Amino acid sequence: MSLIITQAQTSAAARRTSVAIEAVDLVKAFGPHRAVDGISLSVQAGTVYGLLGPNGAGKTTTVRMLATLIRPDAGQARIFGHDVVKDAHRVRQLIGVTGQYASVDETLTAAENLVLFARLLGQSRREARATAERLLEQFGLTEARNRPLKHFSGGMRRRLDLAASLIATPPLIFLDEPTTGLDPRTRAQMWDTIRQLVREGTTVLLTTQYLDEADQLANRIAVIDRGRVIAEGTPDELKSSVGRSSLHLTFANPEDVPRARAIVEAALGAQATPSPEGRRIIAPVADTSVVPDLLVALKAAGIDITELGVQKPTLDEVFLALTGHEAETADEGESA
Amino acid sequence: MQQTAFAVIPARASMATALRQSLTMAYRGLLKMRRTPEQLFDVTLQPIIFTLMFTYIFGGAISGNSQNYLPLVIPGILVQTVITASVVTGVQLREDMDKGVFDRFRALPIARIAPLAGALLADMVRYLLATVLIFAVGYLMGYHPRGGLAHVATAALLVIVCAFALSWIFAFFGVVARTAASVQGISMLILFPLTFLSNAFAPVNTMPKWLQVFVNVNPLSHLIAAVRSLANQGQATPDIAISLAGAAAIMFVFAPLAVRMYMRKA
Repeated sequence: MSLIITQAQTSAAARRTSVAIEAVDLVKAFGPHRAVDGISLSVQAGTVYGLLGPNGAGKTTTVRMLATLIRPDAGQARIFGHDVVKDAHRVRQLIGVTGQYASVDETLTAAENLVLFARLLGQSRREARATAERLLEQFGLTEARNRPLKHFSGGMRRRLDLAASLIATPPLIFLDEPTTGLDPRTRAQMWDTIRQLVREGTTVLLTTQYLDEADQLANRIAVIDRGRVIAEGTPDELKSSVGRSSLHLTFANPEDVPRARAIVEAALGAQATPSPEGRRIIAPVADTSVVPDLLVALKAAGIDITELGVQKPTLDEVFLALTGHEAETADEGESA
Repeated sequence: MQQTAFAVIPARASMATALRQSLTMAYRGLLKMRRTPEQLFDVTLQPIIFTLMFTYIFGGAISGNSQNYLPLVIPGILVQTVITASVVTGVQLREDMDKGVFDRFRALPIARIAPLAGALLADMVRYLLATVLIFAVGYLMGYHPRGGLAHVATAALLVIVCAFALSWIFAFFGVVARTAASVQGISMLILFPLTFLSNAFAPVNTMPKWLQVFVNVNPLSHLIAAVRSLANQGQATPDIAISLAGAAAIMFVFAPLAVRMYMRKA
């Protein structure tokens, strides 16, 4: 009997530590508009999970429910096994939230902000000051430490915001569009920071409307449109679930192209498209295992290949295929 | 390692923690006050102007001369100004809550009451500022309260405590209202009758009977009467107890209400 209980407890504990987020049928309506219309998610601890979707798809509302900021109208969500409604105070001790707009105090300086949050989290004055210094240095904000935030650039604000989320080193971080409105260099820095967090074992739930961002960072992606998950999987799974891969071939002699095209079309059983510059052809491949035979056939015909590649479809194409409309990249000013 | 962390995390913040976090939030309020001194006009310039204006305009008409009017009007202006300042608490809370930083406060594992209580506690500094200024201006104009410094200080403390209690009403409005302007609007609607239909500026027996009925039940009349007898006669009257009981009742109702609405609101 006692053995059974022990086993049950162990497995429950194991479940708790291996699943960071478990959401079932979350619903949130604002008036007649169902912003989130039955979203279910399961996020493994130690991974980056991407919520991908256009503006107004329900990403932020989902994150706000998971982060205990708003109550779901229906459905349930657990963070490391703790219910986000019934056990909100416990959940808050396990999460860090970085919002779309900087959730730091505009009138205070960078250092004052960090000290304030550290004090609220129970650190002594001395500890709080040390934490603030460490984070300011880690995020390259030391020089700006005593400046009020109104004089901060967008990138600095985001960095400070993320720094503030890391004070208590929570095992789960919510990043709501962490790079919206940032220039490419600052965005790359943000990506590095996120990768660093994951290396240290933090679980990250990331929302983004940038397809390449989800592709770059996330282990798994849920594509969200109009409050629903319309596809879920690894970036590779998503790509292969919609588009076929395409074969790109570049030839040494442009005059070989018509002959090569005939061989390719025969081998793949599909129409190949010559590229405008005349040395390349692109053809869809349903099954990549035929490619070696094709190469042998081309070699037998005496055609020299200078470049060869199989490309999976981009997430842009995935989105178009799944929703029937393109991912709207909204004005960055508007979403800030 | 994470498992041990789960075992120790508490389900809610303790009372001591809540108090400490409220004080930290109050410290934030003071930092903000230092950064935006223009928000202190209503407790600095305004009471000075009011004291001068009321004394010299109405003093002669009501009390024969402005000198005789001072013991009547200084406690009145004090209560009116400090109570009005407690409205600003609600307005500023609304403005503050619309900013992103409140999202972080909501997502932090801190006592739910701390962001509200902190803002209200910090505003006690504003009340103190107004109180000191009004007594100082009154003193310069020739108001020498016979109750002595200790009784004046007691009166000041009474006013500040009552304003803190009252500010929970406006904090509640601040939490439920949609805009800062509407908080201001609703609050003023309540405040004008309360402060002017009282014994603050004129003796009650000069008013029509039907108005006296309201003036005499108005809790602010009791507060003003308490301040007058403390400062002018050095006497503690039952008005003190009535004022404190009223303050306690208001807090008892509105503090939990404000916190609950704050928790419910997105």
